[in-house]
Amino acid sequence: MYSVELINVDKTYDNKQLVVKDVNITIQSGEFFVLVGPSGCGKSTLLRMIAGLEGISAGTLRIDGKKANHLPPSKRELSMVFQNYALYPHMTVEDNITFGLDVKKIRKKEQRKKCNDIAEMLGLTEYLKRKPRHLSGGQRQRVALARAIITNSPICLMDEPLSNLDAKLRAHMRAEIRELQRKLGITLIYVTHDQVEAMTMGDRIMVLNEGEIQQVGKPIDVYNSPANPFVAKFIGSPPMNLTTGLVNREKHHITLQDQLSIPIDPMVLNNIENNKVIVGIRPENIEISSANSQANLSFEVKIDHLEILGTETLIKFKWNNSDWYAKWHGQWNIDVGQSLQLQLDKDSLCIYDEHTEKLIVKPSNIQKQNVREGII
Amino acid sequence: MKNATAFQEKTLTQIDTKWRFVHWRSAILYLLPSMILFSVFLFYPLGKTLYLSFFLTDQQGVANVFVGWENYQYILQAESFHKSIKATLLFVLYTVPTGILISLFLALLANEKLKGVGFFRTIYSSTMGVSVAASAVVWLFIFHPSMGILNQLIASVGGTSIDWLLHPDWALVSVAVTTIWMNIGFSFLIILGGLQNVDEHLYESAKISGAGYFYQLRRITIPMLSPTLFFVVTVSLINAFQTFGQVDILTQGGPSESTNLIVYSIYREAFVNYQFGTASAQSIFLFLCILIVTILQFKFGERKVHYQ
Amino acid sequence: MRVFRPIITYVLLIITAIIVFFPLVYAFFISFMSGSELLQGKFIPESFHLDNYKKAFERLPLAHYLWNSFFISTVVMLGQLLVSALAAFAFVFIPFKGRNIVFFIFISTMMIPWEATMIPNFITIQQLDWINSYQGLTIPFFAIAFGTFLLRQHFLTIPKELKEASDIAGLRSFKFFWKVVIPYSRTSFVTLGAYGFLTTWNMYLWPLLVTNNDDVRPVQIGLKQLQTQEMATDWGVVMAGVIIVIIPTLILLFLGQKQLQKGLAQGALK
Repeated sequence: MYSVELINVDKTYDNKQLVVKDVNITIQSGEFFVLVGPSGCGKSTLLRMIAGLEGISAGTLRIDGKKANHLPPSKRELSMVFQNYALYPHMTVEDNITFGLDVKKIRKKEQRKKCNDIAEMLGLTEYLKRKPRHLSGGQRQRVALARAIITNSPICLMDEPLSNLDAKLRAHMRAEIRELQRKLGITLIYVTHDQVEAMTMGDRIMVLNEGEIQQVGKPIDVYNSPANPFVAKFIGSPPMNLTTGLVNREKHHITLQDQLSIPIDPMVLNNIENNKVIVGIRPENIEISSANSQANLSFEVKIDHLEILGTETLIKFKWNNSDWYAKWHGQWNIDVGQSLQLQLDKDSLCIYDEHTEKLIVKPSNIQKQNVREGII
Repeated sequence: MKNATAFQEKTLTQIDTKWRFVHWRSAILYLLPSMILFSVFLFYPLGKTLYLSFFLTDQQGVANVFVGWENYQYILQAESFHKSIKATLLFVLYTVPTGILISLFLALLANEKLKGVGFFRTIYSSTMGVSVAASAVVWLFIFHPSMGILNQLIASVGGTSIDWLLHPDWALVSVAVTTIWMNIGFSFLIILGGLQNVDEHLYESAKISGAGYFYQLRRITIPMLSPTLFFVVTVSLINAFQTFGQVDILTQGGPSESTNLIVYSIYREAFVNYQFGTASAQSIFLFLCILIVTILQFKFGERKVHYQ
Repeated sequence: MRVFRPIITYVLLIITAIIVFFPLVYAFFISFMSGSELLQGKFIPESFHLDNYKKAFERLPLAHYLWNSFFISTVVMLGQLLVSALAAFAFVFIPFKGRNIVFFIFISTMMIPWEATMIPNFITIQQLDWINSYQGLTIPFFAIAFGTFLLRQHFLTIPKELKEASDIAGLRSFKFFWKVVIPYSRTSFVTLGAYGFLTTWNMYLWPLLVTNNDDVRPVQIGLKQLQTQEMATDWGVVMAGVIIVIIPTLILLFLGQKQLQKGLAQGALK
């Protein structure tokens, strides 16, 4: 299995605007690596540059340690799954699956054997003689997967492979692709705009925005300590609640909305360039407050909207001129329009410098959550 | 942003030159057959026609004497060429609007969702499968002075029979009728295709708003159909200018040159009279006519056309 | 209104269909009539016998003409498909420099009326000694801008991912053309093929110029011969000739009507 290295990689179409800016990343061999970001962030372009479908404007691409900038796609020893599956409509499922082998002029007998093995693995055996148009979306998806893995390429690239499936099937295929990758041990680079896929599938994820890397790390680390407000908003559903706060350097605290003050380590204050910060908190870390006291960061809000999802309840309200969400376990019987006293868990706050957008204070209770997850 | 702008540009051009060459070479290979054929049988002859139009030629078509604009002066003064131009323009006027209106009417009928409409579509499009020679021969008999069905019908109601193809006033009309009939099939098929491309939801929403058939026709169908109609008009115009077979079989350009359409005139000048020089001048004239028609079409037609 | 509309439509459909189809039915009936029946001004023949058809085949080598037409049309059709497909492929799948200019030149050839070039073309064919040869009747028609245009429109609908998947698998561009593009665009090939066959079968002026004996003469010119020979005498035989000539193309049209309509509309519009 091969590693993929990108060193100072740029992409431009018109020699003016960079759609991919100075990307540096090493994707380990055998890793499930997810590129995630909003549409137009350059993630697909990056993937297509790795595939060789787009030229690299500047920088170096190494595959298995060897420079690969100018290799044609077929010499890069990779396979690719496309968003629309790119199945050849005039060929049977079997011919589609063995297409790559046929091009390499592998003997028919061996082709058939490999095809049968893989069809078995993906549950396609009874569809081999059909044409793609007679298959359901999920089955086509599987044919595309089969076609990608049959060549035994050490690297597999996937470009939004699940976005044409319905929600239920998508959840199922997430697990299936992940298992497949573990079983085969291939290096898989996966592009998606869906943060749920990124969270649930990747060994590591890379968040991209406007062609620049925002953060790279394990999904849970990215979730817990987003490197900047963009990542905080992008990862997690509903997104992290963000609001601006003012630093009071004498009293060593940050005030929110002129009501709440968050005590802060004087040492940390030195890292803040000016007096404005962005304070963020995940919806699950907003709690119902028991007593009205300043110390536990409580405030009163009016509930705008409520979604009871069975195992959890989602509450929407307006605070500090923006929409906030709280998410609680269980089913809560609250009326829309009702006033509630809420409080922020001060150990779960993320604090960003408003100017540099850098993370200054990480939540300190991550450990606690990890343990809790371990128990569940 | 990036320190190595120079480096970046260098790599860019490197990749570009390599791929540019590869692409260019394979593109040439794929385009070669077309380019050779177009050069030999279209561009070269067009140039040669222009060249010949300035010469007097012998029977083999070899240019002998350079005469400058004389061939053009000659045809522009010749009465027979005037007649030919007049006949051609009249012919265009007779065939194009009528043909398209009839085809549009048939296509609207055949686009209704009724049982057995497929049968009628087949009937309407059938004339496309009938060759110029065959249709002209059939109509030749229809126009037959005594045995033809037209004069028989006239006789049966007590009228005096008409010399359809032998009377200068009727001959062009008769050729035009034949031509309209021949072209119905093609225009019908294209317009029907255009009608079927109109999104069904547009009609449904119009129905919900209570629009009647003719209102829908005026406000939805015709505007949505305009690119198709535009195409059909262009093709019909060009076809009308190129008419030959009907004339050759029905009237041979007569009587008294009333149906001597321009292509027939070129044919006679070149292959009956062996005047390649003047025939070439006429050909250039034909080319310019079609060029102007196409350019005018695109200039004025394009703007009014609604593209989806 | 609700009830009347279908009735009105049906009435109009039937009347117009009778008018449009009348000349063919008329020709069909006459092809069974003898000279005397014709003179009596009958519309429906006394019996449907094949005498006129036999005579048509006896007076002219019609079978040979039919074969010529069939052969010429098939060759032109295949030539057009191949030449147009190659060019269309380059326009869609090869991003070479100057592509738009070359494409514009291709499209502009549609504005050159073929008749304006026929004199030098005739001289060329004469010099190549291709008069009375199949080459002279076929090769000049292999390249048509309309065909390139039509196929290009269809190739553009091929998802670019198919090309990319083939690139990754390592398929060479000509193999991609052969194994993917052609099977994928089968429908537009049928359209263009039918169109090419029909137009060649119906060609009239060019064969008139470049054939002067029976060797390669197509059936359309045969029809003119028949008509000139028989005009005064036997219209039944002439109409039998007409029916013989139009039957192959009518069958082709009826089979491919839907296809042709869709394909031509597509080529016309986008």
